[in-house]
Amino acid sequence: MRRSLLFLPGNQPNMLQNGAVLPADALIFDLEDSVSPSEKDAARELVASALRSIDYGSRGLVVRINDIDKPYVKKDLEAVAAAGAMSVMVPKVSGAHTIHHVAVMLDLIEEEYRMEPGRTKIIALIETAAGIEKAFEAAAASPRVEALALGGEDLSADLGCPRTKEGTEIFYSRSRLVVAARAAGIEAIDTPFTDARDEEGCYADTVFARSMGFDAKLSISPHHLRPIHRAFVPTEEAVAFALEVKEAMEIARREGRGAVSLRGKMIDLPVLKQAERTIELARASGMLAAEKEGALL
Amino acid sequence: MKLTKEARAGTLESGDVLVIVGPSESLDIRVESPVIRQFGESIRQSVRDVAASLGVTGGAISLEDQGALDCTIRARLTTAIKRSLADE
Repeated sequence: MRRSLLFLPGNQPNMLQNGAVLPADALIFDLEDSVSPSEKDAARELVASALRSIDYGSRGLVVRINDIDKPYVKKDLEAVAAAGAMSVMVPKVSGAHTIHHVAVMLDLIEEEYRMEPGRTKIIALIETAAGIEKAFEAAAASPRVEALALGGEDLSADLGCPRTKEGTEIFYSRSRLVVAARAAGIEAIDTPFTDARDEEGCYADTVFARSMGFDAKLSISPHHLRPIHRAFVPTEEAVAFALEVKEAMEIARREGRGAVSLRGKMIDLPVLKQAERTIELARASGMLAAEKEGALL
Repeated sequence: MKLTKEARAGTLESGDVLVIVGPSESLDIRVESPVIRQFGESIRQSVRDVAASLGVTGGAISLEDQGALDCTIRARLTTAIKRSLADE
């Protein structure tokens, strides 16, 4: 379960080292925008070496590779997949063809390195108008695709409108991306908030994204991790209801029933899934110790 | 194989290491580090390991360490050696 995914510049050893102690749910080692063309080879070696050697604990490990039109992409994929990256973030995804291209290369790499087939997942970064139009196509293009993520800065530039803190210009794109991700049964990850000093602004932006259905948010600053996590803390009422739902469904399962009534409402599988997500968020927020949860059930 | 061309990788920023490699008949290793007393031999061993893994038997290898982790030293040296061998 992840609420925050923090970008780390791939050619800065100090930042890669700090990733092991920052409270991010997932780290994104960046080989793309933060690395100059003359240093692509150095960043690739550094990120692969860090993935093999540094203990990042339970954090998710993602690598943003270069654009598939660039000559580095095959080397990027080979280096980071073999070093143990759990997922690769593919930039500028503009439809199924981008995903197929990367998935085929991963198939070959996993075979060559005798890795479990399909082990390396894909996060599709949607940051163009064409990408938004074909978001569902990309989401459904391969079982490797585990999430759609929105890149609001490049998208605004592509749309030809200024990027604002309020985000009015990307409202439709955010909605469209959440719908596409949900329709494909995968995660939706929101665009980063770009003012590193404005923690309250990041909190408000994350609360809004969560209300739209996003599961997590990209971050370009360690200062944004706490506001992001705060925005994903469920209310005590929501947690209490989620625990009741889980208990009621467990009783129904034992009695061989598919749905039950709770507080006068029909509870079925979609409600249970939402309750399970609330319980996961409560655990991640430290609201729910395992013993307390057990006692309540 | 022996390195025949100068190449470098890394920086002098904190936590990094600047590696410069060049031609030499034998493997000549020079290390400057604030932790040379504690980790000098360990750094030299990492240099020998990386050189061996890339088949390098001759080359002048100089490291200016700024407190880099072992994984950073290995990555920067690998990059410098690959750059040195790139056009051969």
